Amino acid sequence: MPLVVDLRAPETREPSLVGGKGAALAMLAHHGLAVPPALCLTTAAYEIFVDGASLRPVIRQELGRKNFDDMRWEEIWDTALRIRNRFLRASVPQAVAAALAERLTSELASTPLAVRSSAPGEDAAGASFAGLHDSFVGVRGIDEVVAAVRSVWASLWTDRALLYRRELGIDPDRSSMAVVIQPLVQGEVSGVAFGVHPTRPGHLAVEAVHGLNQGLVDGTIEPDHWAIDATTGRIAAHRPPESRRRLTLSAAGTEIEDLAGAPAPLDAHRIDEITAALRTVETVFGSPQDIEWTIDAGSLVLLQSRPVTTSTTDESDKRAWYLSLTRSLDNLRGLRRRVEDDLLPAMDREADEIAGRDLESFDNRRLAAEIEDRRSTHERWVDVYWREFIPFAHGIRLFGQFYNEIVRPDDPHEFMNLLGGTPMLSLLRNRRLAELAAAIRADPQLASSLQLGELDDPDFSERVDAFLDEFGDAVYGNRAVFEDRRGLIRLLGTMAAAAPTEQAFGAKDVHEMTAAFLAAVPAARRQLAEEILDVGRVSYQLRDDDNIHIARHKALVIDAVAEGRRRLAQTPAVAEELTDPDQVVAALRHPNLVVEPATAPVALEAAEGIRPQPRQLVGQPAGPGVATGPARRITGVDDLFDIESGEVLVCDAVEPNMTFVVPMVSAVVERRGGMLIHGAIIAREYGLPCVTGVPDATSRIRTGDRLTVDGYLGIVTVVPRPADEHSEDRRATD
Amino acid sequence: MSHDPSHLEILRELLTDQLLAVLGTHHDGEPYTSLVAFAATPDLKRLFFATGRATRKHANLVADARASMLVDNRTNRPADFTEAAAATAVGIVEEIAPDERTDFEEVFLAKHPHLESFVRSPSCVPLQLRVSVYMVVTRFQHVIELHFD
Repeated sequence: MPLVVDLRAPETREPSLVGGKGAALAMLAHHGLAVPPALCLTTAAYEIFVDGASLRPVIRQELGRKNFDDMRWEEIWDTALRIRNRFLRASVPQAVAAALAERLTSELASTPLAVRSSAPGEDAAGASFAGLHDSFVGVRGIDEVVAAVRSVWASLWTDRALLYRRELGIDPDRSSMAVVIQPLVQGEVSGVAFGVHPTRPGHLAVEAVHGLNQGLVDGTIEPDHWAIDATTGRIAAHRPPESRRRLTLSAAGTEIEDLAGAPAPLDAHRIDEITAALRTVETVFGSPQDIEWTIDAGSLVLLQSRPVTTSTTDESDKRAWYLSLTRSLDNLRGLRRRVEDDLLPAMDREADEIAGRDLESFDNRRLAAEIEDRRSTHERWVDVYWREFIPFAHGIRLFGQFYNEIVRPDDPHEFMNLLGGTPMLSLLRNRRLAELAAAIRADPQLASSLQLGELDDPDFSERVDAFLDEFGDAVYGNRAVFEDRRGLIRLLGTMAAAAPTEQAFGAKDVHEMTAAFLAAVPAARRQLAEEILDVGRVSYQLRDDDNIHIARHKALVIDAVAEGRRRLAQTPAVAEELTDPDQVVAALRHPNLVVEPATAPVALEAAEGIRPQPRQLVGQPAGPGVATGPARRITGVDDLFDIESGEVLVCDAVEPNMTFVVPMVSAVVERRGGMLIHGAIIAREYGLPCVTGVPDATSRIRTGDRLTVDGYLGIVTVVPRPADEHSEDRRATD
Repeated sequence: MSHDPSHLEILRELLTDQLLAVLGTHHDGEPYTSLVAFAATPDLKRLFFATGRATRKHANLVADARASMLVDNRTNRPADFTEAAAATAVGIVEEIAPDERTDFEEVFLAKHPHLESFVRSPSCVPLQLRVSVYMVVTRFQHVIELHFD
């Protein structure tokens, strides 16, 4: 099979050789429609590459780590990141590079190019998915083309593609990728047109922007939108964007220019021309199509055509929401301003205002209303968290992808070292605790009085109060973490008895790693690199901090519910202490209501006569290193204060409000998976081995089991504690 | 909870579907393995197999009854690394007592009817591995032990 073909040649209409996009372009050229000249690196080149670098077993191993239905989106992203890094580190075979160089020299030597993904099957009728794989514009010269080709190949395995693996039939043995290479047409106006309007039956849709199409396709630039009556061809509606902007080529890649007051990019005549092209293309392919187009020197040029994109109306399909998390740098800049300047200050202001209300002065009915008010305020901020803060976390991913493409490191998560050392609230809290522990360590008299449970040192007591003033709002589950001051004192005693822990990387290390990274970035892209790193750092910091800010609102709910419980404890109608806030509210409103406490759920029983015992559990590698120690399973606030130095933290999900115990542990094991979860982030800050995404970790591992945590391979080996020590844990699960 | 089938289900499937197991024995610390036809009792606590009285594995088991048995469903393809499952049974081997002979033949010959003449030959010894623990391996490295209390 040929490695490089010209898409104008007749044999190139075969999707298994040139992919869906390539075959469609060849078909358009064959029917005399205006398309840019294009070469196609065939699927044969991909096959030579993946087989030469033995990448198929790597893909298979990464995809087989656990059942796909058990993977969280973050784990899928990590999986894609690891596969991508292996692609980036593999050499493009000499035969492929030579075949490309030969054709580029003669035809496309010095012009800026577009290097586009073209997967067989991605645009098959009935299964068309736009934007799952990557394309690059403004690529210049053979070295950049080879690098872009490798990135396009890797994008066969993006997190987006993995989400649609069933529809795409993803299988390492059968999946392949062709690459279309075209001179970049730098049209004055560009856009897309949809053969079926996504929301208005009986209509077509045209969207257009000034400048390059890339900004529209990746969602950076909002287009003008027209709905066209499919029968009459008349314009039925025009929706202009909030502001018109233009994407153009620059030395660093692309840049955005504001076009305040610019006219709409299309007039009625052009819209007719595009609509006519859409109908012609539909005739060529025999089914409604979506097209990308540009207007170059006054003439309409078609950039690609595919069957109308499959859209889902199934609201339970959350994949569209996940895809919306992939944000451009420009989008993240806007989101950062909103989060930093508006949302966080507003959240804190509201918490301050609520905290100022005097609960004791409220009668029972007013208190019930206050509990409901606080709960709805908390829920409102949780909603903001999902809509605005979670998408902002994509800043970490954007930097990770950029870093890996420049550095191609051995460890695909090395980029996180450059994000570490930011002034996160949780790290500040841990430093304060470390200072208190150091004070105990330096004062044997204080240490021994604390051991006896006495806190008679007024200076130290004042410092503990100051700590609680600053960080006392921490919440875990439905309880305030530091509600029992004795627990905090015990924790400080344990910390003081052990050697002080330090963060893995100091400011100097981070500074040096940053300098080395920036030196590796080509000069033209250095400013862009600095900006992406800056957004990544803020995103990383907020990923932790936002939870601590939100916890203030949860703590305010807990305070009000606790006040209600305190009053109800003296009411004869209430059988026992109520755990459900709804019951507290009801009992406050109706003093004669008889309320029974909720019953606890019954634990699942193991199969009769057979006792399952974990020996080796596979999760995701999330912090490099190997450590051995006894397990400490966390099921509630009290477990946090029982942690002994050197134990392995085992929990369902490490929350920012409990990460103060991390400096004491030797490793972290978590059921929830992903590299960007709090457990992984904080473990990395302290250089601890970490394995996440371990299925049923907290139900299979018991406190006291001896664990070896292999953070390189993502494996936890379990040696059960002796049988006569089982009683404590049985009690805990009864 | 995980979407994976339970390890007990995987074990039961392996012990039902697979015809052969690798039997591990030793002689004076020298390890030895051999392929044997096997069948599991419904409660999975015993694995039946048979061997000639003069075989090396029989001699080894007479000297030390401790043994292991590996059953797996690999297909000799790269996908085995993530798709194949294996179970190792560890326990003590003993000869089938005369009053257990009917049980043995019912279970063993239902699975391996073509071995009837072999099993009924005077030189053949019917045996059972009394399992104390199974180690079930999935996804190449995920290991769960199933202990009989």
